[in-house]
Amino acid sequence: MGRFTRRGLMTSAAGVAAGVSLFSIGRTGRAAPSSKSVIRSVPIGNLKVVDPIWTTAYITRNHGYMVWDTLFSLDEKNQPQPQMVDTWEISSDKLTYTFSLRPGLKWHDGGKVTSADCVASIRRWAARDGMGQALMSFTASLDTVDERTFKLVLKQPIGFVIEALAKIDSNVPFMMPERLAKTDPNTQITEVIGSGPFRFAAKEWVPGSKVVYEKFEDYVPRKEPASQAAGGKVVYVNRVESVYMPDAGVAMAALASGEIDLHESPATDLLKMVEGNPDVVITPNDPHGYVLFMVLNHLHPPFDKKEVREALLWGTKQEEYLATMAGDKKRYETCAAMFGCGLPNESKAGTEPLLNPNIEKAKAMIKAAGAEGAKVVLMDPTDNDLHKAALIGAQTLRRLGFNVEVQAMDWSTLVQRRASKAPPAQGGWNTFITNATSTGIANPLVNNFAKNCEQAWYGWPCDQRVVDLGRQWALETDPKKQHELIDKLQAVHLESVTYVPLGMYRPAIIYRKELSGIIRGPALFYWNIQKKA
Amino acid sequence: MWTLIIRRMLATAPVLATVAVVVFAILHVAPGDPAAVIAGDQATPQQILDIRAKLGLDLPFRDQFVLWLTNTLHGNFGTSIFSNQPVGQLILQRLQPTVALTITTTIVTVALAVPIGVLAAWRAGSWIDRMLMSFAVLGFSFPVFVVGYILIYLFAVDLKILPIQGYRPLEDGFWPFLRHLVLPSLALGMSFMALIARITRASVLEVLSQDHIRTARAKGLSVRQLLFSHALPNAAVPIVTIIGAGVAILLGGVVVTESVFAIPGLGRLVVDAILQRDYPVIQAVLLIFSVTYVFVNLAIDLLYVVVDPRIRY
Repeated sequence: MGRFTRRGLMTSAAGVAAGVSLFSIGRTGRAAPSSKSVIRSVPIGNLKVVDPIWTTAYITRNHGYMVWDTLFSLDEKNQPQPQMVDTWEISSDKLTYTFSLRPGLKWHDGGKVTSADCVASIRRWAARDGMGQALMSFTASLDTVDERTFKLVLKQPIGFVIEALAKIDSNVPFMMPERLAKTDPNTQITEVIGSGPFRFAAKEWVPGSKVVYEKFEDYVPRKEPASQAAGGKVVYVNRVESVYMPDAGVAMAALASGEIDLHESPATDLLKMVEGNPDVVITPNDPHGYVLFMVLNHLHPPFDKKEVREALLWGTKQEEYLATMAGDKKRYETCAAMFGCGLPNESKAGTEPLLNPNIEKAKAMIKAAGAEGAKVVLMDPTDNDLHKAALIGAQTLRRLGFNVEVQAMDWSTLVQRRASKAPPAQGGWNTFITNATSTGIANPLVNNFAKNCEQAWYGWPCDQRVVDLGRQWALETDPKKQHELIDKLQAVHLESVTYVPLGMYRPAIIYRKELSGIIRGPALFYWNIQKKA
Repeated sequence: MWTLIIRRMLATAPVLATVAVVVFAILHVAPGDPAAVIAGDQATPQQILDIRAKLGLDLPFRDQFVLWLTNTLHGNFGTSIFSNQPVGQLILQRLQPTVALTITTTIVTVALAVPIGVLAAWRAGSWIDRMLMSFAVLGFSFPVFVVGYILIYLFAVDLKILPIQGYRPLEDGFWPFLRHLVLPSLALGMSFMALIARITRASVLEVLSQDHIRTARAKGLSVRQLLFSHALPNAAVPIVTIIGAGVAILLGGVVVTESVFAIPGLGRLVVDAILQRDYPVIQAVLLIFSVTYVFVNLAIDLLYVVVDPRIRY
């Protein structure tokens, strides 16, 4: 047995100093640009998935807008405008769409953007996205014509081809190089190469913590001024450093002190920390914001009865939820429309109960339906901002006479459990509250939450009229008739109570006064932003 | 010595095997679905099923365990379900901040707590002792995040002398590196410091009542020599033991500290992974924490030789 002495150990300890080299492990060399050319921001979440086709998570959608470009984009009036597309033609029979790409478009690795890239990208997107799937179901062929031109031929005329390609919300039809776009749609891409205004600095990415984007010098912006996701994407800074901060209070203090320039998702209840600070701007950035809604399980009592669901419409006071989610009255408004307020498909049909709540009437309806005192399992995601709304939901249901069991869980558990069709007593559920961007529910094809029967989201509503009217809307090419169909569709949704709309709110962003030119939209776009010294 | 080291190394194997099996089992019994988190709220049920199948999450529990174990035994921790990055690479990216924070905290804590404990023992029963021990009780009582907020408010928001959050690697320079670690280290080390100070006080107090100290004092040694050359070395074994045990406290504390101060370390990596059910990351990081704990204890056993030459292995 070797003798272990103090001297021996001290000598060995010197070797431990070599462990200091540990401090170089996992680090990569990087330039240190001046702070003027860098925007430091706190994003809406931590970026872990980089493939915006593989996931519908908003943080990945926002990342997508930095790196990739789209064929068409929605402007601030939510009208589709060409982006990568230079010109396009629609045949007189409305069956053939021919698209030509702008000249000079390049990928971040130096390659030319070709029509083959776009065809492959549309196919991959359409394999994942609801609107894309609908588009492909009416598509006879999608082929390249030459290096910059491709052609989409329909089986029958439909009214949403350009709208689909201009889709602003998840999944956004981002164009990727053909070699990436040929990746199985159910497998995440391994490279982040786009043709958008920023390059993804892969070596500086710390998943879950920090993402760095560098200006793509070869990007050719359109000549038109920037307008929501459309127009010229002119980049004025060298880098955007997006650092996720899990502690809301610390992030707020960091912005107030100037350690960061912009916070995309500050906690509503902490906004008071920076109100009155002359160096900080607080503003809702998304003009259409989020819609909040209560999802109901149509399979099990008490919400399997239409009369009980209808009573919820009369018994819901949207303002209670909205005040909790947005705080300031300037940042929310009651909204009972199924396809968003202030958007082209806004409708008033069937909204009377939600806009004129009557608690006593709701109670009477519940009693008449024999549901008074019925047990309701409400899932409450305590690690999510929606926790606040869940508490209001519980109180609303109690007020209406239900026996509410609030089951606290993390979001990951909720998203697993919502898939269960089992009765609430056997691991199922009755209700939970969630949200979506207004632009993400703006028509019957993109609003996954409102789909019925075979395509139904969790809650499994099924009213065949919804399915039929949705298909009629997709086939209709006359905008006026389309809107008539929206009215009918919304009336059916609210009559059968697919879910309970809880209103629209606009979360604020906060930024330092040194920044200007921030574009309003459902995602934070970093082009057009200038930073003063 | 080498027999001891080899024996202890071999003893880590069953510990790690137990940790691996228990962690894997708990994770897969616990509710939560990474596929649903990945797919996002707009995804259809079919999209989630497709992702689950692609990730192999629909395989039976036994098959998943055998696959993971085989890969781990080959040194392959797998890839993150979310970021698609090798878990080993994710851990390396996050290792430096956590190691730096732990080392800095340990140094700051020991440097402050040991003299405080010795002073309290020397002045046992006096107002100095009572004041220092009251601070120690406070140090125990405050949760790490509360201490963090107080320090941020005082030194970063109000006095503006230290940064509020973030981490700067050593390559950016020693001073920026250190500045970003001061507040997190103090916040993390507060309860640890209180623990060491109390143990030091008790150990030194016991030694001070022994005959050899009385003899040393009779020989006319100065107070400093008496305390630091005679009393402290003889009281060192329990102090070193508690420093070793304290590493477990620190490993628990880094999870909170890294979240409060936005430090991209292993603590945050594992918390995010748990919230999103990123199984390969959770399993790998917890295994690393277990290995660290085992080896810190081994190092402490070896350190006994330094602090007490009478000990032989």
